[in-house]
Amino acid sequence: MTKQHANWSPYDNNGGSCVAIAGSDYCVIAADTRMSTGYNILTRDYSKISHLAEKCVMASSGFQADVKALQKVLSARHLTYQHQHNKQMSCPAMAQLLSNTLYYKRFFPYYSFNVLGGLDSEGKGCVFTYDAVGSYERVGYSSQGSGSTLIMPFLDNQLKSPSPLLLPAQDAVTPLSEAEAVDLVKTVFASATERDIYTGDKVEIVILNAGGIHREFMDLRKTDAFTEECMFMIDLF
Amino acid sequence: MLDTTALESFPSLISHGINVAGEISAPPSFQLPNSNDFDGFVKETIQMVKPAKGTTTLAFIFKEGVMVAADSRASMGGYISSQSVKKIIEINPYMLGTMAGGAADCQFWHRNLGIKCRLHELANKRRISVTGASKLLANILYSYRGMGSSVGTMIAGWDETGPGLYYVDSEGGRLKGNRFSVGSGSPYAYGVLDSGYKYDMSVEEASELARRAIYHATFRDGASGGVASVYYVGPTGRKKLSGDDVGELHYHYNPVTPSTVE
Repeated sequence: MTKQHANWSPYDNNGGSCVAIAGSDYCVIAADTRMSTGYNILTRDYSKISHLAEKCVMASSGFQADVKALQKVLSARHLTYQHQHNKQMSCPAMAQLLSNTLYYKRFFPYYSFNVLGGLDSEGKGCVFTYDAVGSYERVGYSSQGSGSTLIMPFLDNQLKSPSPLLLPAQDAVTPLSEAEAVDLVKTVFASATERDIYTGDKVEIVILNAGGIHREFMDLRKTDAFTEECMFMIDLF
Repeated sequence: MLDTTALESFPSLISHGINVAGEISAPPSFQLPNSNDFDGFVKETIQMVKPAKGTTTLAFIFKEGVMVAADSRASMGGYISSQSVKKIIEINPYMLGTMAGGAADCQFWHRNLGIKCRLHELANKRRISVTGASKLLANILYSYRGMGSSVGTMIAGWDETGPGLYYVDSEGGRLKGNRFSVGSGSPYAYGVLDSGYKYDMSVEEASELARRAIYHATFRDGASGGVASVYYVGPTGRKKLSGDDVGELHYHYNPVTPSTVE
């Protein structure tokens, strides 16, 4: 007697890419704004970025319903923390909270690939990268989502720094300035848009530094090259 | 019986023991999906999560204490998701745990073990033994046996009885031993480790053996790589002895001699 398999899956993948880069006194977090399902685009204007705490921002790709639920859980926990401790959560503390929150659903995971960015207690940029069930690591830069296999090698080439595991320890902070890092992020999304169908439309870039939080948008290619050509031909008639 | 000490029950966070509206607060538990076919569902989620099985870790006891070493690569299928994963976890100042299998599983349960060990210290006014710590972890993992977590870890430390080394896995197995290697690169590491091992080694000789064993494993196993870290646990506690990029170790062990070109 063969086992019956479910006709329905609770998960879907809405695509998209996220990137975060940590600097000596800033952190850049970015994500595209396209939300898709299969070959359809649901919307071109969806924010995948959530401002969890004063100095802590999360970008998530994957299944956006799970992402929204996760954002709500973390916001609620942060509010409780503020009531109990009379202060904002630090980015490393939020990083561990996110890890535990993800692991609590180890046997029914949040289909959410997250990147957490912010400033640590010394004001230095920090980026934490996660898998779907909560394993995490502090890194200098990271990308997650459908375009990550395209974006990561490029970031490795530009930003690769000595591993924190080396002994004697070597400093691993990105030498880039804030403006250079933002420029790099724009370049990276433009390239990913060319070759990943799930990445495009706009990129939302959030910059965290001592002065506070700053948000900007940049337009990306909305269609692929073949469609552009077809549209051009149709316009002629 | 599942171990639920790692879970907080959410109602208790808000009401602090006073039940809101007289409701019975639910006991803490991991949420499970409402599925007729739990095994199939678990199989699918394993595919989604793709635990990082690619790894090489090893540990051995010798005259001076315990030597622990690991690589630092994490792979998701064929994609290298990180080259700088910390696979040697510091449970407390005199105990180390190694990570192989699911990264999240290992990280979470080692953190939980650290908490349990500290609570034991506070309750009993003495440090927990390596035997005790490994038993705590093994019992937790046994209770989640068959649910799809993947953990292959070694607990190494120094307690009142001297050096201790246990292998613990997510099938519920727990073995005491003098020499272990865990992960996809372990056969290669065993080859080097077993042929070079002597009980009467100095700390330098033992660390060199450990480093070589990891290097050779990363050379032949595609799923292992990154940085070879070597830790030592002795009577005064744990100490990181070295962290070397295996690419550079290759040229250290196989120096390039310039040869004349005809």
